[in-house]
Amino acid sequence: MTSLIQVRNLVKYYPLRRSFFSGLFGGQKMGYVKAVDDVSFHVDEREIFGIVGESGCGKTTTGKLTIRLLESTSGSVYYKDRDIMTLNKKDMNRLRAEIQIVFQNPYESLNPRSLIRDIIAEPLAVQGYCGDLEEEIAKSLEVVGLTPIEDFLYRYPHELSGGQRQRVAIARALVLKPRFVVADEPVSMLDMSMRGGILNLMIDLKDKFNLSYLFITHDLSMAKCVCDRLAVMYLGKIVEMGATVDMIDEPIHPYVKALIEAIPDSNPRIKIGEISIRGDVPAASDIPTGCRFHPRCLYAKAPCREKEPALREVAKGRYVACHPQ
Amino acid sequence: MLKRKGRFSAYLRRIRSFSSEFFSNRLGVFGFVVLVAFAAVVAVGPRIAPYNPLSLKSIGVGPPFAPPSWIRLIDPSVPESDTFGLLGTDEIGRDIFSQVVYGSRISLFVGFSAALISITVGTIVGLVAGYFGGILDQLLMRATDILLTIPTLPLMIVLAAILGSSIFNLVVVIGALGWQSTARIIRSQVLSLKESPFVESSRAIGSSDFRIIFRILLPNVAPLVYVNAALTVANVIFLEAGLSFLGLGDPNHISWGLMLFYANEYMAAMRGAWWYVVPPGLCILLVVMSFIFVGHALDDVLNPRLRRR
Amino acid sequence: MSQKAPLLEIESLKMYYQLKDKRYVRAVDDIDLSIHEGETLGLAGESGCGKSSIALTITGILPDNAKILGGKILLGGYDVLRLNEETLRRNVRWKIASIIPQSAMSALDPVIRIGDQIAEAIMLHETVSRKEANEKVRRLFELVGLDSSRTGNYSHEFSGGMRQRSMIAMALACNPKLVVADEPTTALDVIVQAEILKLIEDLRARLNLSLLLITHDLKTIAEICDNVAIMYAGKIVERGSTLNVYENPRHPYTRLLLASIPNLRGQRRKLLFIPGAPPDLLDPHPGCRFAPRCPCATQTCRQEEPEMITIKGSSVACHHAEEHL
Repeated sequence: MTSLIQVRNLVKYYPLRRSFFSGLFGGQKMGYVKAVDDVSFHVDEREIFGIVGESGCGKTTTGKLTIRLLESTSGSVYYKDRDIMTLNKKDMNRLRAEIQIVFQNPYESLNPRSLIRDIIAEPLAVQGYCGDLEEEIAKSLEVVGLTPIEDFLYRYPHELSGGQRQRVAIARALVLKPRFVVADEPVSMLDMSMRGGILNLMIDLKDKFNLSYLFITHDLSMAKCVCDRLAVMYLGKIVEMGATVDMIDEPIHPYVKALIEAIPDSNPRIKIGEISIRGDVPAASDIPTGCRFHPRCLYAKAPCREKEPALREVAKGRYVACHPQ
Repeated sequence: MLKRKGRFSAYLRRIRSFSSEFFSNRLGVFGFVVLVAFAAVVAVGPRIAPYNPLSLKSIGVGPPFAPPSWIRLIDPSVPESDTFGLLGTDEIGRDIFSQVVYGSRISLFVGFSAALISITVGTIVGLVAGYFGGILDQLLMRATDILLTIPTLPLMIVLAAILGSSIFNLVVVIGALGWQSTARIIRSQVLSLKESPFVESSRAIGSSDFRIIFRILLPNVAPLVYVNAALTVANVIFLEAGLSFLGLGDPNHISWGLMLFYANEYMAAMRGAWWYVVPPGLCILLVVMSFIFVGHALDDVLNPRLRRR
Repeated sequence: MSQKAPLLEIESLKMYYQLKDKRYVRAVDDIDLSIHEGETLGLAGESGCGKSSIALTITGILPDNAKILGGKILLGGYDVLRLNEETLRRNVRWKIASIIPQSAMSALDPVIRIGDQIAEAIMLHETVSRKEANEKVRRLFELVGLDSSRTGNYSHEFSGGMRQRSMIAMALACNPKLVVADEPTTALDVIVQAEILKLIEDLRARLNLSLLLITHDLKTIAEICDNVAIMYAGKIVERGSTLNVYENPRHPYTRLLLASIPNLRGQRRKLLFIPGAPPDLLDPHPGCRFAPRCPCATQTCRQEEPEMITIKGSSVACHHAEEHL
C-alpha cells in the first residue's frame, strides 16, 4: 500500500547574493542558505504526521514545499503516485483542491477586506464549483463550530477573535474537501485555553472526512498530544523520525534528547535539569561540516566532524541520522 | 433576501466606522465641506452665473475694470455707475463672478480627468511591477525613473506648446506624466503584501495571477490609492493653473489659471483691480488645500500607523 | 513569609484605558498584589487579561490614554502613583524596579551599539562618568553570560537568546531590587528558553532579586516562581504558592487552564479547552467575570462578584471555592 504523500529528497536552497565588491575582488562561489537539505518522509491516510523543530530548521519551508506553494530546488513530492513537482500550472491548480494549508497567524491569513462568507466561498469559486454555494458555506461554518451561522457570515475578520479566525481558516481549507492538509503551527498564536478546542476539532475532522495532516510545530509537548508519527528537523535535515510515543519516551538522537530535557513541566516539583547540549544554533548560511549538530553535541567524535550521517532505519519505522556510537 | 441585508449591513458598519473617524479630523472636515461647496457650484454652474463669459453678449455688460458693487459699503465715494456685480469686471467688461463659476468647471474637470488617468496608469503599473517582479518590474521601474528625472513643468510646457493648447491635450499631457509616484507607492505596498499569508492562501486554493492582482491585492492597496488620488488631484489642479497662467491654457474655455493669465496680460494688479486677481487665486488655493487636507485625513484613517494604545 | 514590609505592595489598583468616545476599558480592575524581598511571583493570564498593563503601571510608563482611577502602589517605600516624573526617574525607575518589556528583542535600537544603549541607561539614572558606565556594562555582560568583549556589537549581530540576555543586562544596570519581566521567553526557541530561565533563576539567587514574571505560559512559572497569581478579565482570581495552586487549584478557571496544557511527560490525553472568549472589558456584566464560561456557574455567580477568600493557604475569588475540595 502506498502512502498518500511521499516526499523524496526534497531540497530548497536560497542563493545568497554576495555584495557587489566582494564579487569583484573575491571571486568566491556564491553562498547558499540550505533551508531544506534532502528531506524524505511519507504521510499515510488518516494520519497526523508531525514535523518538530526550532526556528530556522526548515519545517515551515518543508510544509510549503510539500504542497508546492514554493518551488523546490530539487526533489519530488508524490501525491497518490503523481509527482506534483512536475505538473503544469493548470493541472497543479486543479490538484490544489485536494491539498490545502492552514497558516499560523490568524490575524494575517484572512483577507482583511473580505467578508467571512466570501472568504469561505473563494475556494469554491476559484475551482469552478457548480453546486449550491450557500449550502456548502453554511455546512463549513457548522462543521468548525461557528454557529449560529448568521453571526459570522457577514462579518469582517477584524470583528472576530483569534480563535474564531482560525476556525474560519480551517473552514476555508476544508470547503474543497481535501485529502491532505498542512497545518503550520495552527494554534501557536492562540491563547492556551483555546488551543485544545482547535486541536480537537482538527482531530475530529480527520476522522470525519478521512483527512491526513502534516502538523508543523515547535512545541514537542503539543506534538505528543496530536501526532501519530513525527520527524524532528535541525538545520534543514531530519535527525530522527518515528512513532511519537517511542520517540519521546526513548529518544536516540542527542538533539531530540536535548529538546525533551529543555521543556519545562507544569508540575512545579519537576524542574529542568541539565540539558545535554552546548553552544548556539549556527547561522543558516554557515552550516558545520560533517554532522550538522556536531559542534553542539556532547558525544561528538572524529567521524561526526567529517562525514554527514545518513538517515538509517534502526528499528521498524524508526529512523535516526547519527553515526553509530 | 436575508443574504443581501447581511452584506449591506456589513458595508454600512464599515462606512459608519470610517465616517466617525474621518469626521473627527478637523482639517479633513474643513476640506470636505469646501469641496462639497465647490462641487455644488460646478453642478449648478450656469444657473447661478448671470453671464456666460464665453458668449459675445457678455462683453461690456459692465464698465471695464469695475470694482464689485459692495465696495461702496467700504468707500461710499465710489459712484454706483462705476461698480458692477459681485466681483467686478475684467478688461472688456465681462462679469468676473461668472468667470469664476464657469472656470470652476474647467479647472475641476481637467483636474479630475488628468488625475484619473495618472492614478489608473500608476496603479496598474505598480500592481504589475510589484507582483511579477523580474524583468517586467525592472523595465517598468526604469521607465518610471526616466520620467521622474525629467523636470515636469518644463516638459509639460514643451509638450503643450507642441501639441497645442486644448482641454483634451492638457488632460492627456498632465495625466501621462503624473503616474510615476503613484506607481512607486503602489509597487512597494504590493511587494510587502505579496508575502502575506492571505495572499499565499489565495495561491494555495489555485487562484490565477490575474485574480490575485485584481481581486485580492487591488482592494488591499485601495486605501493607499485613495490617499494618493486626493493628493494627485491637488497637484494636477495646481499644474493646470500653472500651465494656463503661462499662456498654454485653452482660450476657448475659461479656467482660473487662464483668468490669472489675462489678469497678468492686462496688468490688473498695477491698475489696482484686486477683484480680478484674488478670486481665481483664492479658489485655486482653497481647492488645492482642501484636497490635501482630505488626503491626509484619509491617510490617518485608512492607514493607521503607530496607533497609540 | 518575611515579616518585613513587602518590597512591592499594590492595593486596590484600578487602571483603565480611555477610548476616544470617553468610555473606559477596564484593564486592571481592583487588584491586590504584594512581593517581598527575594520572592518570585508569577502573574499568569491570557491575552487581554491586563497583566502587561500592571507591569507598565508599576514602572510608570503608561500611554497617554491610561487613567489610574484608584488604589496605590508602594514600591520600596515610594508611593509611585503620587510621584512626579523627575523623582520617579531619579529614585525609582531602574534603581528600585526595572522592566524587561515584552518583545524585548525588538526593544533594542538597531543603529546604536548594545553596550552604548546600556551605558546610556546607566547614565540616565546614576551620576557616573562614561568610562565608569562602560566598565559596568562589561561586568553586566559577564553577569548574564555574554562575552564582555562584544559590548560594541549591534543588535542584529546577536542571536535571539543573546539579545534577551542583553535586555536582562540592561534591566540589572542600576542594581534594582525588583525586576518585572514581561513574557521574557515567549519568542525564544525551546533550548534557549531553558537557558534564559536558568539564567534568571541563577541571577535571582545570586543578587537576591525579587521577580515579577508576567506570562501566559504556566510552565515557566512552575519552573522558577515560588508564588503565582492568576488573572482573568482584569481581576485576580486565585493566588498562592505555586505548589499549592498548581496541585490544588480551587478556581474553575485555574483548573481548566492547567488542564489545557499539554505535557511531555505522562499519558497522552485529549486536551481540555475553555469554550467562548474573554469578556468585553468595556462594559463587563455584573457578577463573576468568568461566569459565562464557567461549567459550574450558578445564579449567584451571574449576579454577585465573588470576594477573595483564603482556603488552606491560597486566596480564591469564587463563590463555590469551598465546595470543590
